[in-house]
Amino acid sequence: MGNNVLIFAEQMGGKFRSVAYEAICQGKKMAQGLGGKAIAVAIGGGVEAVAKDLGQYGADKVIVVDNAKLKDFTVDAYGKAFSEVVSKNDPAVVLLAATFQGKDLGGYASAALGAPLSSDCTEWASQDGGIQVKRPIYAGKAYVTVKFNSQPAVISLRPKVFLPDAPDASKSAEVEKIDLALSDDDFRSVVKEIITKTAGKIDVTEADIIVSGGRGLKGPEGFVVLEELAGLLGAAVGASRTVVDEGWRSHSDQIGQTGKVVSPKLYIACGISGAIQHLAGMRTSKCIVAINKDPEAPIFSTADYGIVGDLFKVVPALTAEIKKTIG
Amino acid sequence: MNIVVCVKRVPDTETKIKIGGEGTKIDPAGVEFIISPFDEFAVEEAIRIKEKLGKGEITILSLGPADAQTIMRKAYAMGADKGTHLNDATECQDTLAEAQALAAALKGMQFDLLLFGKQAVDYDNGAVGVQVARLLNIPVVSRIIKLDVADGKATVERESDMGKEVVEVKLPAAFTAEKGLNEPRYPKLMDIMKAKKKPLEEKPAQLEAPKLTIVKMDYPPARPPGKIVGQGEESVPALVNLLKNEAKAL
Repeated sequence: MGNNVLIFAEQMGGKFRSVAYEAICQGKKMAQGLGGKAIAVAIGGGVEAVAKDLGQYGADKVIVVDNAKLKDFTVDAYGKAFSEVVSKNDPAVVLLAATFQGKDLGGYASAALGAPLSSDCTEWASQDGGIQVKRPIYAGKAYVTVKFNSQPAVISLRPKVFLPDAPDASKSAEVEKIDLALSDDDFRSVVKEIITKTAGKIDVTEADIIVSGGRGLKGPEGFVVLEELAGLLGAAVGASRTVVDEGWRSHSDQIGQTGKVVSPKLYIACGISGAIQHLAGMRTSKCIVAINKDPEAPIFSTADYGIVGDLFKVVPALTAEIKKTIG
Repeated sequence: MNIVVCVKRVPDTETKIKIGGEGTKIDPAGVEFIISPFDEFAVEEAIRIKEKLGKGEITILSLGPADAQTIMRKAYAMGADKGTHLNDATECQDTLAEAQALAAALKGMQFDLLLFGKQAVDYDNGAVGVQVARLLNIPVVSRIIKLDVADGKATVERESDMGKEVVEVKLPAAFTAEKGLNEPRYPKLMDIMKAKKKPLEEKPAQLEAPKLTIVKMDYPPARPPGKIVGQGEESVPALVNLLKNEAKAL
């Protein structure tokens, strides 16, 4: 049985993402507890050049699968490459970030290796020579503590929960480049086109501040007041399920049990009553502000600060006041 | 075109979760169970494809307790043709074991498309679709918001961290549905009546021993009680002061 931790170092466009550093820092800590090494795995087209820098975050070694055919992520091709690296290295833990890619790859690796999987973990601890994790279920209405009965355990970490340590520029990891035979079968799914996001639009899962709107906005045009506040704060604009179901906002902006689960530093809920499924998606925000004309709205019981009033008066006043205060 | 849709019975999203006496499962008393919302998008998509092509068969596959048949009948009422219930009285909590049991059942079925929701809104692992595809050695694309089928291929769209991706896939293939794929229909009374007569086969789920154990289930930590800063826009300066100096959130 191995005692190493194998970490997927997620990259986008040839650059490692911050979630890769988060995973490597936690992977290093896990490996120390297990008496093993932290081995990062970088997969893509043109990732070799930057691979050794992962040592600065704690990787003892970096395994690189660099192949022009792997420029775009598909779970079929990346999964094949990743699973082969995992099975050759016999780790105790396979660690990923619970991003779109990480969740896909974790599922693939779990099936390929017959290994147990827990996604989106928010805590972990060394326990009885292995790793035990805690993760939200029902979008955070409850949490489970999970113990693994077989190795390796495939674990993905919720982004932005574990912050990476500052890089240590004096460190550099040994890089091992490996070639894997990829067949046509690994490219039965092919990315044909990538339509890049509108520049400047911040995704709700990545934003430090979210200004979110519900039925109280009365229509799509009501969101203008939220956009103004969000623009000033560099915030993302979120939406409740009702608003998305009405077609006022895009599906990708929905926060809640059937949308995205977020935990920004500041969440400003405007005209949102606070249905259970919405609260599940934002209750781990560091600070919650609620603005609602109904003093009985359930959102007030979850908020740190509330203002009872007409959002169309309160939100513009808030924008003006913040402009005055922080410039 | 033969389509298999895997659906799971989950508590309604408006449910307040109560932890059961044994401390590792929820208390099902008073809970209304529904088709996991993302699975419902998958069912709707299968029906739309069948309607568009004017032929094909839609099979529902569900792993769960006896009561899973209730939500299978809901999928029948929407337009699915038949189904298999993999009975699991143990309430398996290991996603890999569930994926293996689903894959074992699917090995005996002929299909071009295999559809799932992107995740069941209970354990939220979001892995079963990809796991099953890998176990069956078929390609998979997760979280799709558009699906077109033609000439033995599917062209799908999905959102990724890069933006929107268009992916082309050879069939047979698996897909998991994201919100935005479609708007599920409400079955008509007539269809609900018809659904009762559609064939439903029941088999025991072939579950391996779970490779993980739920040690305990907890409620999230309670948030400290908040305060109402005031009424109307007059209270905005006080709020900004609190956000800046007390919460340090600005």
